[in-house]
Amino acid sequence: MKKTKVNKAHYILKGKMVDFAGWDLPVQFSGVSEEHNAVRTTGGIFDVSHMGEIRFKGPRALDAVQYITSNNAAKLKPGKIHYTGLLTDKGCFVDDLLVYMINETEYFLVVNAANIEKDFNYMKEKSGHFNVEIANESDEYTQIAIQGPNAVKLLSEFTDTDLSTIAYYHFTYGKVNGIDNIISRTGYTGEDGVEIYFKSDEKTAANLFLQLVEKGKAHGIIPVGLGARDTLRLEAGMTLYGNDIDDSHTVLEAGLGWILKLKKGDFLGKDVLLKQKEEGITRKLVGFELTDRGIARHGYPVYVDGKEYSTVTSGTYAPFLKKPIGMTYLPIDKCEIGSPFQVGIRNKKVSAKAVEMPFYKREK
Amino acid sequence: MDFKEFKFSKEDEWVKVEDDIAAVGISDYAQKELGDVVYVELPPVGDTFAKGDACSNIESVKAVSDLYAPVSGEVVEVNEELEDKPENINHDPYGAGWIFKIKFENADELNDLMSYDKYEEYLKGIAGE
Repeated sequence: MKKTKVNKAHYILKGKMVDFAGWDLPVQFSGVSEEHNAVRTTGGIFDVSHMGEIRFKGPRALDAVQYITSNNAAKLKPGKIHYTGLLTDKGCFVDDLLVYMINETEYFLVVNAANIEKDFNYMKEKSGHFNVEIANESDEYTQIAIQGPNAVKLLSEFTDTDLSTIAYYHFTYGKVNGIDNIISRTGYTGEDGVEIYFKSDEKTAANLFLQLVEKGKAHGIIPVGLGARDTLRLEAGMTLYGNDIDDSHTVLEAGLGWILKLKKGDFLGKDVLLKQKEEGITRKLVGFELTDRGIARHGYPVYVDGKEYSTVTSGTYAPFLKKPIGMTYLPIDKCEIGSPFQVGIRNKKVSAKAVEMPFYKREK
Repeated sequence: MDFKEFKFSKEDEWVKVEDDIAAVGISDYAQKELGDVVYVELPPVGDTFAKGDACSNIESVKAVSDLYAPVSGEVVEVNEELEDKPENINHDPYGAGWIFKIKFENADELNDLMSYDKYEEYLKGIAGE
């Protein structure tokens, strides 16, 4: 199994380790519910170094990024970040990712851990003909996320950078514990927080993580594993590649039209998506709650008018909202809020209803 | 009866035998492994199960865990309080966390269950592997 540079810290903190997409990572430390609720009320620290980092550099870097993604990278400015989709020529997802604009000839793309190789090869194949260098820097970077109401307060104890000047979905370069870092106001939890990226040896990385945990205690901030990372993003209505978005559902069907900018120049999947926008979609990703006892989970069958239609793409018992929630694709005429359907849980059909997403929204 | 007098199965369930009724729950080790229990599907009262049948399940945030009938018989009582307070299984696995009761006929089926001491040894064996 691959290990992040923070790995030793997880063992010292007695994390419950699992194999996640080939990485030796903690699924939990003190417990999924406790970690989840800590992030919502005080804060949590995550090792997310398994994520991938790919750099586009060169005179045509913007053109290259524009061609293979759904959002309009021309609207970015240095220091700004946006969420976007890496698309197939059918307008479906190869991955979802963040694009950081460094400058007019340099973009930093952050992709899902399970898709690094696939994304890198795809990017080279589809946009390598533009005059651009595409470099996979995933093995070099350690990435730590600090999320929750006290996250910024904690990180400010480790840096002289004035974090209050970093607006949401923006980043800057700064020193954390004396090490050069990218500090971004981003996250996958629905809370305020930061993600920091840096290059270092294992000792420095593990040490920083442990120091964050130690100083975090005064703020009620605890280490958090992959289990709570998943329940947090789901509660916040954020999709997960491989579950809710994939290469067989379009950007529009996934309800992610807000990251699709059809007016920009040519890009992969544009004609399919233009056509689909004109004709209308026939299915859509919706959030739901169960209205009867049970918990819906990934893969469980979904019944519409009594007939099997799709499967639950993501589902769990939401620890903060204290109810069973999930996402699934439903026929477009069955997607309105309150629309009833059923989820097959073992040998029973349990009632569910479409609800608005996100399920949880933090108070600003 | 103190929980140390209960019998234990390899599936980490405990059985408390009183006359021809077997009360069933999960061990302290099992509740720790499972994490916070958020949902319990109780077996229907009146249903009969053969020894070894999956008859119930317990869910934590991340996982579903089956419960098995440790002995053949009819479910005569279930702990309905667990519907509103599934966390009882975590807080008091041997008391308020009891899950269901089976009326059995064949006491021999209980012979392969372990004593508390044997179960503790069994757990140490797993840890050692």
